[in-house]
This record gives sequence, C-alpha cells and structure tokens, in this order.
Amino acid sequence: MTMHVLHGGRDGLGSPSPLARLAPSRWDMVALPLVLGLLALLVFGGHEVAQPLSQLERTPITLDPWTLPYYALRTTLRMLAALGASLLFTLVYAPLAVKSQRAGQILIPALDILQSVPVLTYLSFTVTFFLGLFPGQVVGAELASIFAIFTSQAWNMTFSFYQSLRTVPSDLEEVCTGYHFSTWQRFWRLEVPFAIPGLVWNMMMSMSGGWFFVVAAEAVTVGSTTITLPGVGAYLALAIEQRDLGAIGWVILTMLGVILLYDQLLFRPLVAWADRFRADTVQAEERPTSWVLTMVERSTLFRTLGRPAGGAARATLRWRLPALPRLSAPRLSPRAVRMGDYVWQGALAVMALYVAVHGIQFMATGVTWGDVGHVVLLGLATMVRVVVLIVLAAVIWVPIGVMVGMRPRLAAIVQPLAQFLAAFPSNLFFPVAVAAIVHWTLNPDIWLSPLMILGTQWYILFNVVAGSQAYPVDLRDVIANLRLRGWRKWRDALLPGVFPHLVTGAITASGGAWNASIVAEAVSWGDTHVQARGLGAYIAQMTTDADFPRLVLGNVVMVCFVVLFNRLVWRPLYAYAERRLRVS
Amino acid sequence: MNLTPKSLRAALGAHAPADLATAGVAPAAPGPRPLPSGVPILTVKDVCKRYDSDPDSPLVLDNVNMTVDRREIVALLGRSGSGKSTLLRIIAGLLSSTSGQVAVAGKPVSGPANDVAMVFQSFALFPWLTVLENVQVGLEARGVPPAEMRKRALAAIDLIGLDGFENAYPRELSGGMRQRVGFARALVLDPGILLLDEPFSALDVLTAETVRTDFLDLWGDGHLAIGAVLLVTHNIEEAVQMCDRILVMSSNPGRVAAEIEVTLPHPRVRTDPAFRQLVDHIYGLMTRRRKAAPGIAETLAAGLSLQLPHVSTNVLAGLMEMVDAEPHNGVADLPVISSALQMSTDDLLKVAETLQMLGFAEVVEGDIRLLPPARQFAQAELDVRKRLFADHLLQRIPLASHIRRVLQERPNHRAPRPRFETELEDHMSETAADETLKAMISWARYAEVFAYDGDTAQFHLDAEEEA
Repeated sequence: MTMHVLHGGRDGLGSPSPLARLAPSRWDMVALPLVLGLLALLVFGGHEVAQPLSQLERTPITLDPWTLPYYALRTTLRMLAALGASLLFTLVYAPLAVKSQRAGQILIPALDILQSVPVLTYLSFTVTFFLGLFPGQVVGAELASIFAIFTSQAWNMTFSFYQSLRTVPSDLEEVCTGYHFSTWQRFWRLEVPFAIPGLVWNMMMSMSGGWFFVVAAEAVTVGSTTITLPGVGAYLALAIEQRDLGAIGWVILTMLGVILLYDQLLFRPLVAWADRFRADTVQAEERPTSWVLTMVERSTLFRTLGRPAGGAARATLRWRLPALPRLSAPRLSPRAVRMGDYVWQGALAVMALYVAVHGIQFMATGVTWGDVGHVVLLGLATMVRVVVLIVLAAVIWVPIGVMVGMRPRLAAIVQPLAQFLAAFPSNLFFPVAVAAIVHWTLNPDIWLSPLMILGTQWYILFNVVAGSQAYPVDLRDVIANLRLRGWRKWRDALLPGVFPHLVTGAITASGGAWNASIVAEAVSWGDTHVQARGLGAYIAQMTTDADFPRLVLGNVVMVCFVVLFNRLVWRPLYAYAERRLRVS
Repeated sequence: MNLTPKSLRAALGAHAPADLATAGVAPAAPGPRPLPSGVPILTVKDVCKRYDSDPDSPLVLDNVNMTVDRREIVALLGRSGSGKSTLLRIIAGLLSSTSGQVAVAGKPVSGPANDVAMVFQSFALFPWLTVLENVQVGLEARGVPPAEMRKRALAAIDLIGLDGFENAYPRELSGGMRQRVGFARALVLDPGILLLDEPFSALDVLTAETVRTDFLDLWGDGHLAIGAVLLVTHNIEEAVQMCDRILVMSSNPGRVAAEIEVTLPHPRVRTDPAFRQLVDHIYGLMTRRRKAAPGIAETLAAGLSLQLPHVSTNVLAGLMEMVDAEPHNGVADLPVISSALQMSTDDLLKVAETLQMLGFAEVVEGDIRLLPPARQFAQAELDVRKRLFADHLLQRIPLASHIRRVLQERPNHRAPRPRFETELEDHMSETAADETLKAMISWARYAEVFAYDGDTAQFHLDAEEEA
C-alpha cells in the first residue's frame, strides 16, 4: 500500500542508455578546445609565478605590443585570484555577521570602514608582510598585488551577501527548520542560492573596480626598491613614464579585448545562470542567455566531468554530524541577556578606545594640528567635487536615460554598452586629460575632477534606463492622456518615477568617485605631474613619500567623510525614495 | 482558567463512514512506527504562549488542550488572531511554547519534531530547485542515499499527480501544481502527522477544490503512509468537507472553544442539507463565542486597548447597503452573504464586527442585524453619511475622541503620530498598534473628524475648523 510498491517498476526519468549519454554533442566541438586552451593558459601563468624575484629584474617590462597578451593574461589571473579570495571572504564574513548578533555589532561597522579605506593604503601597509612570506620569490609580490586588488573587490560583495542573508524569505527558513536541514545544507540550499543574483552583479562591479586599481597594484614599492610585476598595469605605467601614446593605444585595444573575453566567458554565463536563482516566482518574458552556459549544459564533456563533482558536493549536504549532546543550558532571563549585551558592548568600547589612543599616539609622532585642519579642508574640497560631479552626471544622464528606457529597442543596445563602459578602466584615458591640461594650461583643481567620475557615471545611466524601463505602462498612458508636456511632465511624472533608481545609481557612482580620487587627483604624463588640491592627492602623495603618520591621518579623515556622507546623505535619500516614490 | 473543549456531537450524518477505520491498517513498508494502541499521535497539554518573553505580554494561546488520533483529519478552525497558526508551529517545533507540553507519537517536542511534515500556505518551494529536487530536500536532510532518495521522490511525485513535471522549476508551474509539490515534499517523508497550514487559501476556488478532493481521495483510498492530518483553516466549508473533527478556536487569546465531530459520509457534497446545516451551526458558534466582538459597554470599557481592524469605509458602506436592501431588509444570514460575495468567512466577520463595534449592527448566531442608524446611513447622501459616521466614531471609538480632544487642547491643533503610537503600545503589540492607527486614520479622514499628514507624520484638526 505504500508508494514504493505502487510504483516499484519505474526506473528514473526514462533515461537513455549509458552509451548514448556519453556520445559527444555538437557543443563538444567548442567545449573541448576551449577547455584545453584555458587549462594551458592557467598552467603557463602559474608556472611564471613560481619564479625567483631575480627573474623579474632580468626581464623588465617592455613596451613591445606583442608582450601585451601575455601581460593581460598575468593581470587577468591576478584579478580572478583576487575575485576568488573576495568570494571566499564574503562567504565566511557575512554569515558570521548575521548569525551572531554580537559579532555583527563589530563586523558590519568594520566593513563600512574597510570599504572606505583607499586601496593604495592597504598596499603600503601589507607589502612587507607578503614579501616576508616568500623571501626572494615572485609569489610574495604577487600575493601583495592580489591582496591590493582584493581590497578593491571584496567589500561590496560582502555587503550584498549580508543584505541577502538578512532578507531570506521566512517561509523558506521555516521549511529548512521544519525539515531538519543541517546548517551546511541550509547554507547551500537556501542562503547562497538566494544571494546569488545580487552577488553576481556585485562581482561584476568588483571586477570593474579592480581594473581601476591594477596600475597601482602591480607596482609594489618596498622602501626604495620597486618591484614591478608583469601585467597590463605595469605596461601602462611604463607607457605613461615614457610618454608613449602609441603604447597607450595598444593598452586600450588590449583592454577592449580582455573585457569582451571575460564578459563572454565568465560574466554572461554567470548572469544567465544566476537568473534561475531569482526568488520571485513569476516567469520573466526575456531571460538572459549565454552561449557558454548553453555549451556547459549541453556538451557531454562538461556533463561527464561535472557529474562526479556535483554528486560529491551533494553528498556533503546529506552529511549529519553526530548530534552534539544538547546542552541543557538554563534559559537565560531577558535581564541576563541584556547584561551580556552591556558587557559585550563595554568590551567593544574599550577595544575601540585602545585602538583610537594608539592611532592618535602614532599620528602624533608626525602630525600637527595644522595638518589636521589642512587635511579636513582637503576632504571638503574632494567632497565638493564628488557632489558637483554626481549632480552634473545626473543632469546629463537622467534625461538621456529616460529617453532610452522608454524605447525598448534603443535600450537593448544602450544597456550592454553602459555596462561595458562601466567595466572599462577609465584611467587609461587620464594621460589624454593631462596632455590637454598642460596644453591649454587649464586649472587642474577643476579639470582633473571629471576623471573621478569618468568610470562610475555609467551606473547612473544604467540604473536610470532600468528605472524608466520599469515605469508602469498605465502611467505612461496617463501622461499622454492628460497631455503632460515639458517641465511639468518631468517634474510630476517622470522624475519621481525614476528617482529611486537614480539614487541607487548615484550611491554606486559616489562610492566609486571617492575611491577614484586618489588616482584621479594626481595624474602624471612622463615627468609632468598635474595635481588637484584634494584628499585623494594628499593620500597619494603620502603613500609615495612613505610618510606613515600623515598617511594614517589622511585615511582616517577619508573614512570619516565617506561614512558620514553615506549616513547623512545617501541613506536618508534612499529611505525617502523607497518610502514615497517606489512605483509598485 | 481551564476551558475543557466542549464536545458538541453533531449527529447529522446518520451512517458512519464505511471503511475509514479499516483503511487505517498500518501500511506495509517504511510507514510510521506502529504505536501502542490508545496513544494518540499528537497530544497538546495546557499549552500557553505569550507574545514575547515578557511575562506581562498578552497571551496568544491560553491553556490549549487537544489530541489527534491515528487515521484522523482534525481541523483547527478559527479567525485570524486565534493563534491557530502559532499552535501549529508549536506542534511542528518551529516555535516554543511559554508553558505546557506537546508530544508527537509519544515523544515530547522540543525543537523541530521528527515525525512531522508541514505544508505551507505560501507553498514555500525553493525557486532554484526543480520539482524533483524540491521533493528530495527533506530526504537529503535525513541522509537518505541518492538512489533511494530518487526512487521515493519519484514515487511521491507520481502519486500526487506531478508526473512529467519532475524537471520543471516552480516558476513554470501554476499555483495548484506548486502546492502539489508542497504536498509531495511532505508526503515523501511518511510523517506520523501531516500539518497543513491553510494550504488551499492561496489558490483560486476551482484549483483549491481540485487539489483538496485529490488529497481526500488519496487519503480515503489509503495510499498515504501518514498517520494523521492536522489542518489549520479559517474556511468553515473546507473544515467540514475534509475533517473528522473540528476544533473551533476563539480569539484574543486563542482557546479551544468547541469541538465538533463530523460524521457525514465521504465524499461530502456542499449542497447537501446536512452539510449546510453543519456549516450554519459552526457559523453560529464562531459569532457567538467570540469575546472580542464587543458590545457598546465593552468597547467603551476597553478604552485605548481596543484594537481596530483596518477595514475600508467603502467595504463597511457596501455591507450596510447590501443588508439594508431587498431581500434582506436589514437582517441577513452571514453564510449566505459570504457565498454571494465570494468573501472568506474571516474577512466577512471582520467587517460585520467592525459594524458592531461602531454601533451600526449586531452580529448574533451567524446573523447580522442592522440598527436604525445603519439603515439611515444606507439610504443617505454622502454628507449625511459622513456626519453619521463621524458621530458614531466619536461616540464608540475611545481612540477617536481621545485624539480629537488632544488636538483641540493643543494651541496649534497638531500632534505627532508617535505620541499616540507609544500610548497604544502600552496596551498592544507594535504591529497591532500600527494597524489600529492606520484604521483610525482612514476612518477619520472619511468622517473628517481630524486630518493626518503622512509627510510630517502629524495629526491635525481640519483647516476649516481651525479658522
């Protein structure tokens, strides 16, 4: 009478015979060369890393364009390694912050601070440590470089995962509890899948952010010696030093190729794959596709390789650790819990005080009150730049974005383009700006500023286009029906509708601009150095001078500015947009 | 205060169901462990539950006692706020009770119970897993080997009528199919007791009926290797159609107010007079026994602790108009209105009781009787309606007169929302206070007794009155 007896004769889903399952499909003709090629590149790149440092000195960077593919390979591998490390960091850090309320009280503010510290600073503070790990080996310098890239990629991914973990649907959580999922199973069956769409999107942003700092991250300076790792960034640095415009052109070309390649081979498949993890249960009309994903899913090669791995991974989900003896801990009274909280917060306060005192003592060794006032003023200058640029970018891109979003066919072209431009490291164009400023003797305080937002303005365009695509059709009909025109149409109907999206885009753009300030406020072309007055230029200068007390001061001020700016401007604005203007 | 469930034997179906007892023969293979006869599959003893750990917080469940025997389908029938879903979650081990014991198959429940599987109102499927994988997750959690897991899951999928959908993702399925996956996921575990948390209320009427009868057929034919079923619902007809026993729960706090045995033979037909009579009877019970259906005296005595349901004035006016008109002429049978309006019992009772609270109607024994002001309201023009509504609001709802008095006393005739919010939260939970204020605001706006500005979160008297 059980189900098993009723349907005992049945075997699987009418699966074909094992032999038929192994027959290659036409996708294998693409899959096989692709896999072998990638493997060969990986082995080659890995081999180069395992060399002694002296090898680097014997083969200095050259501007020969034919070396660029090799440099691009090295840089890309570094970026991917950093991305992998960021992912690992995210998967550990965010759950800790969510599962333990007390850990969260320190981990989340820490993340806020970590993400506002400029990448260069991390590099200058950790180089010695990494070189010490593998004395005389390239690996040490590689690790330092990878770590620097990691610091430009990890934080937003971690935030994204943290947000997802906190918004996991409660009914699915009940299923996990009610059906006795282990913590491990819950993690991989519910929490990670739920977070994947957001995580993939943030990985793409991280990759773009990483490219921006690769130039800085491939030149590892220790004391007076600089180790230059072979890579696109080092090539670009040399091209700038030697004022070789042709070489810069070659770098731009290479970057176009590299971005196209990893977009096709990595991110498009990821986005298409991530689509199945959207938590909504409606079927979208148009779903992202990727030929690589199709190949992976349909070729016999991948299926044969993937089956044992998938099976092994799933087996871990069935693991049951022997049940720990249930601690018959007395149920703590609310008062006891509150006491515990006080003690914990007290301990945190003492720790924070300790760090603050030491930091101040350290700064006091080389910083005067005059410096502090000066740096705060510089911070204000940079802030004014960020605000003005965001407003300008919004004024330019909102009308264009709305126009584009209302025309689906145009949007289909502009969206990927905006995404591509956002991924493109805009610092490749900095030399052009320097040349222009020098040629027309322009004021660098004004004319260097646009560089800060060159790369991140696209997020504004991207989000506004998405927002106006989501603009309800019936409201559009109302606009036509009431014959709303001109400024009135924008003020009453269109702007409020896209405002939440504009804020989302502007938050991203502003974060990027703060980060970019250290690269964009001080630019070189050969021996011509153009500098704007600002906090970014100050930090860049202190990094070069290895003036650590002032470097710390600059960073502390930078962190304060970014965190306060987020708290006092973006968060209220975002909350307002969500509360009042969300079109649903 | 110990309310023992009152057994009201509804001796309506004369013939006992033919083979319900024989169908309950223990299944051959890995079904639930045979229990010593006489031990109920579920016992709930003296269970109390408070809102939170604060011992002064309001009771959600007050001294609930119940049992479920093998081969029984039992319904927990109640309005929202009766704590029935909370009770179900305590039984499942998802929540812990403040006091009292729950035992499943003789074993006390502390934490997620082993012999229990639950079907959710929202289906709660993993959107990124296929139908087959969704059905397998529970087995995976028990460490069942892959081959056996697959075999059992396919059998369950087959049984529940999802054959051919194994590799579909939930978003490709209709609501009915999704809930079938929910059932298969629970059934594949062969649980001692299957908990159904309003499993049909997110489905449209036709689909719900199909899934329900399919489930009853499987159950009646003895294809299900489960011991018993506990159904939470607010739908009286659903409870009568499916269950052997119905526990009617009263609200605020939740208690078992009545127990009704249903002995009508299966399949039960809704148009059958005996069926209708039983439904009417339960309607009567639910309207009679509700404590929080207060009359004038109770309303006024409740003061600020009176919770207001967020019912639109359009709906209130609509019900008054309908009952006032032919053929009801001021008195109507609630079940009749419920089916005419396609409105759930829960929603209809909420509206009817709001009218009672406002002094427009009386709700007694499953009937609604309009009072003279309501009949006047039904036939009046808009401004007369507003005046009538304002009078009743200020006389009957202490919060309304309180807010108005505060506004009149203040020199600028303005008061911030949090001022009243904190006051209400002394008497009720945060969410209840929020809903009460929302209801208050929308009624006051309609009646024009005072105004509210959402941007500044301030109450104020109307500009005209200030002048």
